Amino acid sequence: MHELPVMQSILTIILKHAAMHRVKKVHAIGLSVGTLSDLEEEWMQKYFDHLSAGTVAQGAKLKIQWVPAVLSCDECGNRFELDKTKLDGITCPACGQRKFSLVSGREYHIRDMEAE
Amino acid sequence: MAEIKLIEIKEEILSDNKKEADELRGKLKDRKTFLLNLMSSPGAGKTTIILKTIEHLRKRLRIGVLEADIDSVVDAQKVAGAGIPAVQIRTGGFCHLDASMVSRGLDAFDLSSLDLIIIENVGNLVCPAEFDTGAVRNAMILSVPEGDDKPLKYPLMFSVCDVLLVNKVDYLGMSDFDMQALYDRVRTLNPKIAIMKTSGRTGQGVDTWADWLEVEVKRFID
Repeated sequence: MHELPVMQSILTIILKHAAMHRVKKVHAIGLSVGTLSDLEEEWMQKYFDHLSAGTVAQGAKLKIQWVPAVLSCDECGNRFELDKTKLDGITCPACGQRKFSLVSGREYHIRDMEAE
Repeated sequence: MAEIKLIEIKEEILSDNKKEADELRGKLKDRKTFLLNLMSSPGAGKTTIILKTIEHLRKRLRIGVLEADIDSVVDAQKVAGAGIPAVQIRTGGFCHLDASMVSRGLDAFDLSSLDLIIIENVGNLVCPAEFDTGAVRNAMILSVPEGDDKPLKYPLMFSVCDVLLVNKVDYLGMSDFDMQALYDRVRTLNPKIAIMKTSGRTGQGVDTWADWLEVEVKRFID
C-alpha cells in the first residue's frame, strides 16, 4: 500500500546519482529489500514506471534481492533464518535457547544502477 | 550502442525520512516534549485508550494529541471534547504518517507548553511500520477480537514497537485467543518489547500503561 512514497524516494535518489554521473539512460536498479517488508514486486515496478515517466530512469527494470529475516541467538550467537509464518516455539537450532535478536529482514537499500 | 556501466549507490531508500525523523527528535529533546507514536488496525481501540491515558496522566503531564485520519475529524473532536489540545491531519488517502507530515502537524502546537504529544497514526498494521515518524517511542495496540495470529501476518509492525498493549482483554472469555502463543510470537520477533494487557472499556491495565508512559516521558524531558 505504501509503495508510492517508497518508489518516489528511490526515484529521487536514482535521479541524483544519474545527474552526478551524467548518465543518459538508467537500464536497471539493484535493490535489497528485507522479507519483513510488505512491498509487492509487481506494484513496485508499476509505481516506479508511473513516477519515472519522462525522466532518464524511464523504463528501468527493478532488480530486487530479497534479504531473508535472520535471527541471532542471544546465548550462542548462532544465526538462522526465520520463517515469519511459523513463530511458535522457535528455539535456537544449535543450543535450544529461546532469546534472539533480529539481524536482518528490515532492509531498504539501493545497491547500484546499470546506466549508460 | 553506448556502454552500460554499473554505478554503485549504496543508499538507504528511506534515508531522507530517517534524517528528518532524527532532526525532529532533536528538536523535541530541546523543547522537552515527548512524542509517542500509537499504531494499530482500525477499531483496536486507539482513541479510547488515548482518552483513558489522558484521564490518568492529565494532572501530572501536559498532553496534546495529533490525530491522523484518512478523511475525517471524528477522533480529534472526541479528544478536543476532553479538553486536550488536538490537531487533525487529514492524510488525504495516505496510509501512514511520515516525519515531514508529523513535523508540519506539530507546528500547530505550542511545544513548550506540552510534555507529551500522542500521535494517533492511521489505522493500519502495514504501512505505518515502515516510516519513522520522529517519535521517541512506538506503541501498538492489538485487540483480542483481532486474534493471536497477527504477528504472523504483520511481523514488521511487531518488530518496530517498544510496547504492545493487548487491548479488549474483557473479551477474552468469549474468544479462543491464546495469550501465551501471542507472547511467544511477539517476543520471537522483538525480545525487548514491553507487553501489557488492557481494556479501554473497563479501564483494566490502563494504570500500568500510563505509569510506563510517564516514566518514559520523565526520562526524556528531565
